Amino acid sequence: MTPTRLVRFIVYALLIFFAVITLIPFAYLVAGALKSRFDFAASIFLPAGDGFLGVAWGKLTLANFHRLVFELPVPRAMLNSIFIASVHSVVAALLCSMGGYALAKLKFPGRSLIIGIVLTALIIPGPLLLAPSFQLLYQLGLLDTYAGLLLPGLTPAFGIFLFRQAMLRGVPDELIEAARIDGAGEFRIFFELVLPLVRPMLGAFLLISFLGAWNNFIGPQIILQSPELQPLSVALNNLRGVYGTDYGLIMAGTLVSIAPVMCLFLLLQKEFISGLTAGAVKG
Amino acid sequence: MKSSAKKLSAAPWVFIGPFLLAFGVFTVWPLLQSLVLAFQQTYGPGTTRWVGLRNFEYLLGDPLFWRAVANTATFTLGSLFIQLPLALGLALLLNRPGIRARSFFRLTFFAPSLVGLPFVAILFAPIFEKRTGLLNAGLHYLTAGAWSPEFAWTQNYVMSSLVLAALWMYAGFNMVYFLAALQNVSKDLIEAATIDGCNAWQRFWHVTLPEIRPVASFVVLLSVLGSFQMFELAFILLNNGAGPDNRGLTVVMYLYQTGFLTGDLGYASAIGWVLALLLMGIALLQRRLTRKFEEN
Repeated sequence: MTPTRLVRFIVYALLIFFAVITLIPFAYLVAGALKSRFDFAASIFLPAGDGFLGVAWGKLTLANFHRLVFELPVPRAMLNSIFIASVHSVVAALLCSMGGYALAKLKFPGRSLIIGIVLTALIIPGPLLLAPSFQLLYQLGLLDTYAGLLLPGLTPAFGIFLFRQAMLRGVPDELIEAARIDGAGEFRIFFELVLPLVRPMLGAFLLISFLGAWNNFIGPQIILQSPELQPLSVALNNLRGVYGTDYGLIMAGTLVSIAPVMCLFLLLQKEFISGLTAGAVKG
Repeated sequence: MKSSAKKLSAAPWVFIGPFLLAFGVFTVWPLLQSLVLAFQQTYGPGTTRWVGLRNFEYLLGDPLFWRAVANTATFTLGSLFIQLPLALGLALLLNRPGIRARSFFRLTFFAPSLVGLPFVAILFAPIFEKRTGLLNAGLHYLTAGAWSPEFAWTQNYVMSSLVLAALWMYAGFNMVYFLAALQNVSKDLIEAATIDGCNAWQRFWHVTLPEIRPVASFVVLLSVLGSFQMFELAFILLNNGAGPDNRGLTVVMYLYQTGFLTGDLGYASAIGWVLALLLMGIALLQRRLTRKFEEN
């Protein structure tokens, strides 16, 4: 073997090794979801038997999913998660793109001060706000409501920052001026000219915020007490408290919880990755 | 002309107004309120009592708080020195010219970060299970039964198991940043270094690394700050607790426990401020180190 070929062999061997390690927990998750409580402990992945590839295919069961859907409050929690993540991502995308546009392209007194505020807000650690926000929501009577969960997060500073960067780079001033001279109103300019120009950032931001809300745990854990309001992250963790050792059931619940965001990502992955690295590499 | 000028001057405020309003109500006001709370003791959100500096006095001598700081620092160092080199290594492998199935590998490595912290924690609970868990059973299987470890990962190796779960989740996530940076390194520079007789290691150390330093320091800062605010992974993995002997207690988990289980939002705010100061100190230290490194 020549040295170059040897290097290439090592590179692929390493890549495949790490890919397999990465995929094993996923395989464990899927196999676990299909096993009964007894088979979960008896076999690592699929139960051994006489079937094809030495697996007892007959022992696999959809009973866990059946229980999740028909006996446990998982469908409700799924709808709650979809509702929370959709409202959060759409409204946050709208408000952040509007704010980013004002800070990138409109001139008004106090603009640089507000840009400074946004940059400062980026570094405020979230946990610092937990206790006082809880007290504020209590005083406003918004504890245990979706308004209380959603309102504080609707204009994240990093969203304003990302859209401002995207618009500084991707929206030429001349276009806006031309539209203004043609008599277009400010809102028409924003929705019909500016937003389409930053579509990649819009897609990435929608996806990032959707994922963020879907995977949020501490917010709903603190704010939502009623079981019927809770999203999957909190509901599934509570289910563990009751059915702690029934790992097959818990794995099925986890699979059901992560499948929607995985699919969403696969559909939009190109925009997601470009949005993720936009601020870091070119900023 | 006059009316259009007027319209122009109102429009910016309509666009930025929602942010200013929400920021004022849900960030500035709570921030000020937490300054007040830090000098109070509360019994739930409704009942408060002024205690002056006593929260901070107590905090400085609170063994649980310092246990939490030590645990969190251990976790952060683990993430920094195991996860980031691995992430950079994977990025370097994938950045080699002519790698086939690059997007498949990239997607595979990135996939765990899509799972989300709460679900990663739930998934890893059975993986770390004593005797029957994937990790122990896997070691048993790989050594053909010669070694049947009975590690109770979430009992005796709390921090190691947290670092492992975070490693699985975030290595590929950070790899994406490194890979994007590597792809921006000029090919001419590498070529010039090769012609000048630099070997692979010299090229990496003297050309590639300085080129990706801005992104690298961004990733380091992001993962240090993120690790220091770790909550869900430990909380859920350790069955809504701090693990045996509080060995999995993190700073944010301690804040959560005091504020929302004990009901003392005042003490929780004091913890929040000390955490904020710690984070600021880390960020400043990191900036100074980066600058010093650049000067050399």
